[in-house]
Amino acid sequence: MTAEGVLAADALVRAVPLILTGLAVGLSFRAGVFNLGAEGQLLVGATASALVSIKLSGSAGFLVLPIALTTGAVAGALWAAVAAELKRRFHVLEIISTIMLNFIAIHLVSFLVRGPMQEPTRIYPQTVALAESARLPIVLANTRLHAGFIVALAIAFALAWIMKQTEVGFRIRAIGASPMAAESAAMIDVSRMSWAVLCCSGAIAGLAGAIEVSGVTFALYENISPGYGYTAIAVALIAGLSPLGIVASGIFFGVLETGAAALQRDFAIPSSIAGMIEASLILSTLVFAAMRKHYTLFARREKTA
Amino acid sequence: MTPEPSLVATANQGLVLHEISKKFEKVVALDSASLAVRSGSIHALLGENGAGKTTLMRIAFGMIRPDTGTIRINDNLFSFASPADAIAAGLGMVHQQFSLVPEMTVAENVALGGKGRYDNRQTAARVAEIAAKLGMTMNPLAKVRNLTASERQKVEIIRTFAHQATTLILDEPTAVLTPRDIGDLFVQLRAFATNGGSVVLITHKLHDALEHADEVTVLRKGRVALSGSITDVTESALANAMLGQMQIRTPRNDRPTAVSSQRVLELKEVSLRDRHGIKQLAHVSLDVTQGEIVGVAALEGAARSMLRMMAGRTEPASGDIVRPASIGFVPEDRSQDALIPEFTLTENFALRNSAQRSGRVDWPMTRVLTETVIKEYDVRTPGPDISISSLSGGNQQKFVLGRELAGHPDLLILENPTQGLDVHAVAAIHEKVRSACKTGTAIVYYSSDLDELAALSDRVIVVADGTISETTPDRTLIGQSLLSTTST
Amino acid sequence: MSAIETFLEGTIRTATPLALAALGETVTERAGIINIGLEGAIIAGAFGAFVATGFGGVWAGLAGAGVAGGLIAAVFAFFVIRLRADQIISGTAISLFSLGLTSTLYRQIYGATGAALSIPTMGAASVPVLSLIPFIGKALFDQPPVAYLLYLLVPSTWWWMYRTHSGLSLRAIGEDPRAAAAAGVSVSRTQLLAVLFGGCLGGVAGGVLVVAQSGSFAEGMSAGRGFIAIAVVVLGRWHPLGAITAALIFAAASALQYFFQAMGWAVPYQVFLALPYALTLLGLAGIAGRAVPPGSLGKWQAL
Repeated sequence: MTAEGVLAADALVRAVPLILTGLAVGLSFRAGVFNLGAEGQLLVGATASALVSIKLSGSAGFLVLPIALTTGAVAGALWAAVAAELKRRFHVLEIISTIMLNFIAIHLVSFLVRGPMQEPTRIYPQTVALAESARLPIVLANTRLHAGFIVALAIAFALAWIMKQTEVGFRIRAIGASPMAAESAAMIDVSRMSWAVLCCSGAIAGLAGAIEVSGVTFALYENISPGYGYTAIAVALIAGLSPLGIVASGIFFGVLETGAAALQRDFAIPSSIAGMIEASLILSTLVFAAMRKHYTLFARREKTA
Repeated sequence: MTPEPSLVATANQGLVLHEISKKFEKVVALDSASLAVRSGSIHALLGENGAGKTTLMRIAFGMIRPDTGTIRINDNLFSFASPADAIAAGLGMVHQQFSLVPEMTVAENVALGGKGRYDNRQTAARVAEIAAKLGMTMNPLAKVRNLTASERQKVEIIRTFAHQATTLILDEPTAVLTPRDIGDLFVQLRAFATNGGSVVLITHKLHDALEHADEVTVLRKGRVALSGSITDVTESALANAMLGQMQIRTPRNDRPTAVSSQRVLELKEVSLRDRHGIKQLAHVSLDVTQGEIVGVAALEGAARSMLRMMAGRTEPASGDIVRPASIGFVPEDRSQDALIPEFTLTENFALRNSAQRSGRVDWPMTRVLTETVIKEYDVRTPGPDISISSLSGGNQQKFVLGRELAGHPDLLILENPTQGLDVHAVAAIHEKVRSACKTGTAIVYYSSDLDELAALSDRVIVVADGTISETTPDRTLIGQSLLSTTST
Repeated sequence: MSAIETFLEGTIRTATPLALAALGETVTERAGIINIGLEGAIIAGAFGAFVATGFGGVWAGLAGAGVAGGLIAAVFAFFVIRLRADQIISGTAISLFSLGLTSTLYRQIYGATGAALSIPTMGAASVPVLSLIPFIGKALFDQPPVAYLLYLLVPSTWWWMYRTHSGLSLRAIGEDPRAAAAAGVSVSRTQLLAVLFGGCLGGVAGGVLVVAQSGSFAEGMSAGRGFIAIAVVVLGRWHPLGAITAALIFAAASALQYFFQAMGWAVPYQVFLALPYALTLLGLAGIAGRAVPPGSLGKWQAL
């Protein structure tokens, strides 16, 4: 494996959590549900899967990994379900509640890795390392590229197919595009649907955390995520919320972030320019959308006036 | 010394709207409509639902910009960019809805739009003072949320007085008031006019105009149908101006009525509330049978909740409703309730019944069905794969009708389906409705156009004050029963 | 200084930037607009302060911070008020943009060496007499002067919101922009001013981090304070006095960990850190007394 090859594989490794959280954000935004809590759901997913991996290693054999990943997804879904319930029962804006839950998750992880889940020597704020059997296999020899990449791709393709080809996917797009028409013309129960979408979105983000633990870090510690859940918003928006687009933009971001250091070293370009590029892309899509919508929007406004 | 007549006329000109025209998208809302309100008078602006009276007054109040035409007050030319400008020019408007902040107190709502320091106690005292002067009782510190509709209207009236308006515009003020309150209101309005103010009374009730106004202007389909002193007009002249001259139309003789007695829709003692909890129907019973067209006449959206309930979009508060298995629904607000503008025609077709299906969407089949609708309903479009927002309103409506009639539903509910459409689209829609009815679909057709109802219906029900009454499809009779149920 | 005094002093110090940002965001949200881009205004303010202090000292630094935050908010306002773009998406992009921009400029201007550049900081100025009050005197009145600016801003913002007609208009817009417009309030202009006010205060909050605390700029030094401030606004129930109270609760929770360490108590401090957020959620759900957001928050209504 060449040095470039290893670097490319590292970029893909970095892309895995970005793609998965990007898919989580993309799914919810597509349904008009603003899940800004992918970060917290990822952390909770990572925590739950680490817990299960550690407890089960040695007793469950090859089943440890699937159980751990599933647990991570379920934990993420449950974390999102808090916001979903608050939204459905009390009309709490998910924008606010998911942000709150992010902070709670951060402190939860911090507590666990310094308390009940800390490694036995009690020196480092992290858990013990996962057993080999609980780790994701490497798919490209002599690199760090793990099977999580395949999982991310599979989920992206599955989501793309669901959104395009199934009734459920169509209903998700409908409630996002126009909740009024979805309710009136298609008779969809929008609030129930939004609830389900938020939980599914949480599940995908939770899985991202589980995969990060079992494929990259092999232990739970505080800064396991350098803000994947927030970058995910950019990843999803630049891709126009399309699942396959999110794979591309996730890889693009992975390359951007791993390559940033090299870029800075070789070309004296500050690596932080990546963030500006991302933001400018989002802002220009907003301008184009506004320009396209402008005429009809104002015509409609006057009509309802 | 007596001034010259022309000077008198000028001095007496309060609010003058001259040849105002306004189009929304391609729909003409106002076509060169004029209105001159003398200072010291009450001027009734009469018209049916959709005649353009509210639009005209919203233009006067700076809420909408006219395409052409001028606004003068006391002979000064004005161009209002917002209600703030209109208020500064001495206008005050009492709206039908959306004009008070429910979470704020009466005093805060009255003070809204003012400048400088805000003193709650001072404002409260001022509210109490104005209320007392108007013979009303009002707690200035009550939250508007907790007030009844008639109390809210009083708050708005107090606000116009607090802003020291010289011209008052009241949009259907009697709709929510008790007869006693109506009496009090008009005593106050008369006193206001006697002191030199001018009043515009938007109403669809002949009675209000005849009883209380000095002058009247009737709008019909965006144009002035009649204007003059109230002493010069008769009730029937007003009614004719409002509802249009009787037109000879071919009666529905293409099909024997009530071929079948198969009941499709049954309402038994149904009571209904809208989403604000306001009662819409009380103990109403109705049968609709296969293959008949039941016209629905109602003023100012009174039938909206009932139609939604019939279409299965809401459930009654009490009573029983039996609906058929398949129902088509063509709601009034096409772009909001029936279609998703950025979706393609095929996707919009797939919306219907999407909640009842599961598994894969058969897109090729959906596309074929969409193409069938495009062909059969003469929808002018380059194809089924473009976004529906690029179609004209008429073509969108034909598409919605085609979608809702696809699969031959047992019942079709239509809500003002021809509003704002050109004559060709209207004719096409009428033809399709008639032919659907021939194949056995029961049709409930609401329209604000009485001529349309008369021409299309087998029988007509009039919805007013929470009850329904039945009448024959004759525009004069429909008009009479509509106006009589609401004139008290 | 006793442990309790240190704790109180630390609480006020941590609360100052948080309260400033939350106070601004309170005004913005009362106009019906949620500015997730607040994080961007804070980091822009921090950078603005860093640059401006070099030219004209700490007060120029704070002014520069306000201007920088205001500029970022102006971009946000252009998108959400003028273009009617989605508030969440715009706010997210603005934050990202501002974080990237400040880091890039910092490295371009000061080099990517990572060597921390130091600037003069604003020392504590003790208020005569008041600072002698036992326990709270030193904590409240022996602070950098910007804290006193906050003490002035909170009641004056409250006064403006509840005792002037323009404040009344602001609150009406947040509840129901259509009704406000019908009553003669100019909605867009008020919203623009509210967003700019929020941006300026967010910027000043960022400036405080630089000129009154660290004495230096670091990339991403806003460290999520924009989002915390949004939580503070909610816990403070969209009220200026609530905002400062909630900011104190958040700050006390984080100051508590040092207090506990100083006292040698082994209590998981994360519980305290997470508590304010949990309280905020409970408040929103109506369990800890209903916190009702402004009626039109985050949505566009046709005017």
